[in-house]
Amino acid sequence: MTWEPIADIASKVQAGELKAVDLVERALQAIADNESYQAIIATTTERARQRAHDIDAQVAAGETVGRLAGVPFIAKDNFLVFGAETTAASNILKGFEAPYQSTAIERLEAEGAICVAKANLDAFAHGSSTENSDFFTTKNPVDPTRVPGGSSGGSAAATVLGLAPFALGTDTGGSIRLPASFCGAVGYKPTYGLISRSGVVAMASSLDVVGPLTSRVVDAELVLDVLAGQDELDSTTIARDEQGYLPPATDLKGKKIGVITEYMGEGLQPGVRTATEAGIAKLRDAGADIVELSLPSLPLGLAVYYILCPAEVSSNLSRYDGQRYGYGDAEAHNLDESYLQTRERGFGKEAKRRIMIGTYVLSSGYYDAYYKRAQTVRTRLIAEFAAAFEQVDFLLGPTAPTTAFKIGEHSDDPLQMYLTDIMTVAVNLAGVPAVSLPCGVSDGLPVGLQLIAPQRADRALLATAQTVEELLA
Amino acid sequence: MTKLTRDDVLKLAQLARISLHDDEVAEFTDELSAILQYVEQLSSVNLDGLQPTNQVTGLTNVMRDDVVKDYGYAPLELLKNAPRTQDNQIKVHRMIG
Repeated sequence: MTWEPIADIASKVQAGELKAVDLVERALQAIADNESYQAIIATTTERARQRAHDIDAQVAAGETVGRLAGVPFIAKDNFLVFGAETTAASNILKGFEAPYQSTAIERLEAEGAICVAKANLDAFAHGSSTENSDFFTTKNPVDPTRVPGGSSGGSAAATVLGLAPFALGTDTGGSIRLPASFCGAVGYKPTYGLISRSGVVAMASSLDVVGPLTSRVVDAELVLDVLAGQDELDSTTIARDEQGYLPPATDLKGKKIGVITEYMGEGLQPGVRTATEAGIAKLRDAGADIVELSLPSLPLGLAVYYILCPAEVSSNLSRYDGQRYGYGDAEAHNLDESYLQTRERGFGKEAKRRIMIGTYVLSSGYYDAYYKRAQTVRTRLIAEFAAAFEQVDFLLGPTAPTTAFKIGEHSDDPLQMYLTDIMTVAVNLAGVPAVSLPCGVSDGLPVGLQLIAPQRADRALLATAQTVEELLA
Repeated sequence: MTKLTRDDVLKLAQLARISLHDDEVAEFTDELSAILQYVEQLSSVNLDGLQPTNQVTGLTNVMRDDVVKDYGYAPLELLKNAPRTQDNQIKVHRMIG
C-alpha cells in the first residue's frame, strides 16, 4: 500500500478533502493487516484518534493546522512519545511511560502530524537486524525469511509496508541507512547535531542522529525541514540552513561525484556490485562527472566505531540502575545486589557485550591504547573526508556490502554482525550527512546506494538526491 | 593479541555491575577477545601530529543562563516510573553501611 506525498496529504487535510480521522484509521488498519511482519511494538491508538479528531475540528473551524496536518507517522521505540510505553525494545524499560515527549515528536505534532505507533528496533539500537530486540524480530517486507536490517528495522519495514507515510529512526553507525537499503526505503541521516535528540534514548552520544525513513526524497525533505535546528534541550544541536530543506531538484551536469574505492573492493556481494555499477552508469549518462576516489583510512572505521560506540554505550547505560526508573529487582537485599540483578535481568546479551567492551576500553591502563587512539584515528578519517570534498561535491558507494541476510544467519557471531555496518559507520564518525536511496535489486532483494555530502550540506545533498532517485527508479 | 581470561571477564562484569551466569562467562570470554583482537588493527596506524576528536561539528562550550524553567512536569508523574517509592519519594537501598 502506498501513501501520497506527505505535502499532498497535509494540504488535502487542510482543505477538508481528507479527514485526519480517516488517515489514522487507515494507518491502524494497515498495522493490523501486517501484524505478521512484527514491525510494531505498540500502537498509540487512543491518543492518535483524539489528535485526529482535534485536527479535523480545527480545519472545520477554519484554523491553519500546519505543514503535516493529519499526517500519520511511526516513531522508533527509542523516542519518548505520549500514549504508549517507550521501551527501546529492552526489558529494562518495559512499562516505562514517558513523562515528557522528545523534541522531534513535539515539532512534528506542532505541524499537525500524528504518531500512530512505536516501531521495533534492536534493543537500545544495538544491532543491524532487529534480532537483538528483547521482544521479537521484525521480518523484511520483501522476503519475510530475512531481516529488515537495523537498528531502525521496524521503521524501515513500516515505511515499505505502507503502515504510515513516514517513520522516524535514529542512526549511530548506519541504523537508518542500512534498514532503508535492506527494505527498499529512502533513509536520511542528517549532519550530526541538526536534529535535537532530547527525549531520545541515548546510545552513543558523539554519533547518534535522528532522521526520517520515507518512500521518496521529497518526503524526507519536508520532515527534515520541520525537525532541523537548534534546541535548548540538546546543546549539541546546530543552526538550520537559512534556506531550509525544501530545495528544487538539481541537475547532475557538472556535479563531481567520487565513487569510494574502498567501498567497491573485496567483500562486495556480486549482485550489489552489479546494481551499484548500473546506478553509477545512469548518473554518468545524466551528466555527472564520476571519478574514483580513495579514502585510505575508511577500512579502519569499523574498528574505531567498535571502540568509541561501546565506550559511550557503557557510559549511557550506567543510568539504568534499578532505582530511579525502569526495571528494578525487587528481591535484592542491598544496593550492590540490586545493581547486579537489575542489569543482569534487564539487559539483553548485546547490551551486556557492549557495556563490557566499553568498560574494558575505558578502564585505567587501557584508555590511551584503545579509546584515545580510536578518537585520534577518527581525526584522520575526518581529514580524509575533508580532503575528498575538496575534490568532489559528493561521495558515493553501496550502503551495505550485501542485501538483507536470513534471520539467524549472523546471530551466533557478533563480529560478523558488526561487519554489516562497514560502509555506514565512517559517515557517523565524520558527522557528515548521507542518504540511502533504492538502487535496483539483486536476486529480488533491494540494494541501497549511499550518497554522502560535507557537513551542513544537507540542502545540496537532498537537491541532488531527488535527481538521483528519479534516475534510479 | 589480547586474549581475555575468565577472571578478566568476571572483573569487567563486576566493574559494569552485571552479574553473569557461568555459560555467559565462557561465551563472553571468547566473543570479547575476538572483538578486541579486531579493533587492535588500530595499534599500527601512524598518528603523528594528530589530536583526538571529541566533538565533530566544532562546538565548544554551549552556555545558557542558570535559571529555573517550568516545563510543566508534575512530580508525581515523574515518580510513576520509579520501581520503589514511599511518601512521594524514590526509595533506595541503604548506601552507607
